[in-house]
Amino acid sequence: MSILRETTTAIKVTIGLWVITAVIYPLLILGIGQLFPYQANGSLLRNAQGQVVGSALIGQPFASDRYFWSRPSTTSYSTADPATDEAGILKTGVSGASNFAPSNPDLLERVQETIVTLKQAGIEPTADLVYTSGSSLDPHITPEAARSQIPRITTARSLDPNQVEILITQNTDGRFLGIFGEPGVNVLRLNLALDRI
Amino acid sequence: MSQGLLQIAITLAIVVIIVPFFGSYIANVFLDKPTILDRLATPLETTLYRILGIRAEAEMTGWPYIRAVLYSNLTMAIFVFVLFALQGVLPLNPTGLAAPTWDTTLHTVISFITNTNQQHYSGETTFSYGSQMLGLGYFMFTSAATGFAVAIAFIRGLTGRPLGNFYVDLIKVITRILLPISTIGAVILLLAGVPETLAAPAVVQTLEGGSQAIATGPVAHFEIIKELGENGGGFFAINSAHPYENPNGFTNLIETVALLSIPTSLIITYGIFAGNKKQGWLLFGLVFIIYVGLISITAWGEFVGNPLVNQAVGNNLVNLEGKEVRFGWAQSSLFAVSTTGTMTGAVNALLDSFMPTGGFSVLFNLFLQIVWGGQGTGTSYLFIYLILTVFLTGLMVGRTPEIFGRKIEKPEIALASIILLVHPIAILIPSAITLAFPEQLAGVSNPGFHGLSQVVYEYASAAANNGSGFEGLADGQPAPTGLWWNLSCSVVLLAGRYIPIMALLLLADGMRQKQLVPETTGTLRTDSFLFTTVTGGVILILGALTFLPVLALGAIAEAFQLSS
Repeated sequence: MSILRETTTAIKVTIGLWVITAVIYPLLILGIGQLFPYQANGSLLRNAQGQVVGSALIGQPFASDRYFWSRPSTTSYSTADPATDEAGILKTGVSGASNFAPSNPDLLERVQETIVTLKQAGIEPTADLVYTSGSSLDPHITPEAARSQIPRITTARSLDPNQVEILITQNTDGRFLGIFGEPGVNVLRLNLALDRI
Repeated sequence: MSQGLLQIAITLAIVVIIVPFFGSYIANVFLDKPTILDRLATPLETTLYRILGIRAEAEMTGWPYIRAVLYSNLTMAIFVFVLFALQGVLPLNPTGLAAPTWDTTLHTVISFITNTNQQHYSGETTFSYGSQMLGLGYFMFTSAATGFAVAIAFIRGLTGRPLGNFYVDLIKVITRILLPISTIGAVILLLAGVPETLAAPAVVQTLEGGSQAIATGPVAHFEIIKELGENGGGFFAINSAHPYENPNGFTNLIETVALLSIPTSLIITYGIFAGNKKQGWLLFGLVFIIYVGLISITAWGEFVGNPLVNQAVGNNLVNLEGKEVRFGWAQSSLFAVSTTGTMTGAVNALLDSFMPTGGFSVLFNLFLQIVWGGQGTGTSYLFIYLILTVFLTGLMVGRTPEIFGRKIEKPEIALASIILLVHPIAILIPSAITLAFPEQLAGVSNPGFHGLSQVVYEYASAAANNGSGFEGLADGQPAPTGLWWNLSCSVVLLAGRYIPIMALLLLADGMRQKQLVPETTGTLRTDSFLFTTVTGGVILILGALTFLPVLALGAIAEAFQLSS
């Protein structure tokens, strides 16, 4: 085969495979996605007025005593103040991690500060609350981390601990088939449930 | 702890169950035997051959095959480079992103065409839906299929068959393996919560009144081929740790199995091609033992946790830094070892923050390149080690080295040596240069021994076509060290991909032309337990010893530092 023929074949194959794998295939999946709008659009949660208040899969930051706290996040769960958002976080959304090595002194320093904050709030420092997550958007905390926040919530909201305990159980995502992954309490869904009481 | 080990064991059991079926399916596809997809795939392929002007029956020898690989890959690369350069004016760009800098574009194109998917950018803020779908997603099929086709040509040559036609195999990998599995897998992921939409990111008011931007996009179709093709380039910056890429234990299982399925099965396919399934299973077992060993030390390190933090808390905590609650220490460790071993490079937990035992394991995987290994190339490298072991043991016992009935001679050993030598050269020399200028070039983010690992890891990941990273490294624009990292990694990526591919094809072409030597009682059998053990020794000595000083100064030193 001459160089010209080989080049022509390469160009034709480039375009042919592009049409199949980069155009037809994604369009097919996008089309199927239309049949499942909740999942396809990111499992968005709406309030009674129909406003989107977040996603069932994406965490939110919480600081108030009336809410369960999420894990510490390096991007504050992709939130920003619209007035000072020079980095354009609210334009695209972000994710990110600390990337601290276990030997990094900055990690230890941050952990020590977190421990102080948690202890002041009367929360037992569990691994998930001490360490930042991988995505900075982790929607879950461990069931232990949720239970150790019950006294704080019941005091702030004057609720019965048993009632809160039930809400935690209702908003816990278990392991797949009881085997794969770890159970996690979905903090946003739990806090939405608290507000509905 | 036992529950964690149980879920690792069951995941591995699922892989072992899939392997014989998938391995023989792949063999049937490329030995032109009937398969269940014939009725769908054959008409599609025939039409494609006709439209694209491919003469399916025309076999290629070594150099024409190499030219077909290079020409097609170059054409694809130029095509997507132009696509990225025009990102600012092309559609499917709801967040209005401008084209990335030229060096980011160049590095990304090279990184994805080489099946590496090393990312010196954040998906959310750099590439539009259009670029991800029409460019990066495209490479995920074609680069995986390229490596796969070369692996098939290699085993064909090694077993005395014609190498085949590159374009035919390229298309067959896509129509019969990658595309059907991806279509089913994408729908499953979609149902399990992975989004697939062209809508712009949602900006919502949080419960406490803040503003949150929720990045989204056409993720599901991208995610499955990312894993299945051992690509690993995340749609979002934080890859499979992002809840939209990997929302729960179920999707994590699918993704883990998807990324392991092809390189594990291909070893069995090779056994079938060689007419010796036992050979395949012995090598499978060898790699499996190394793999389980690395998972064990990684998981143990994460479970025991960080002694410095444990002391501060006054309690023993598992290391969850850079990990998601839904995966925990067990699934994060399994994923880290699997993704680096298979050269996928996706992460569901951040490798920089693993304990030194984990850091050791992931680096070790990149150095060896055969703990399943890259799409196609990993299995080929495993057989290169087999050839070298035959040669070494042949020298020791004074027999003519031969494999699958063909003599191994000088050209084969020369080519095999090139394949093994490219790797340390492409990693250690650029690392040395970069470390000589820590301020100007390196941009390490973690002090001490870990900083060394960060630099070496980046080049090892590029040379092995893995793509994962110790991501604290300032390796992308607009960091001042971004330009150096983009350009130097581009060179390493190309060297780590195309030099071994060319050598593999030439080696296969040479073997194909050799006379079959009849097997006698004096023939050294390669399918024995003893021989496999020796192969394991050769792999560890040749593959790991080269890098021992780097491991000692990096991960091992860090482990001692933490425990003291």
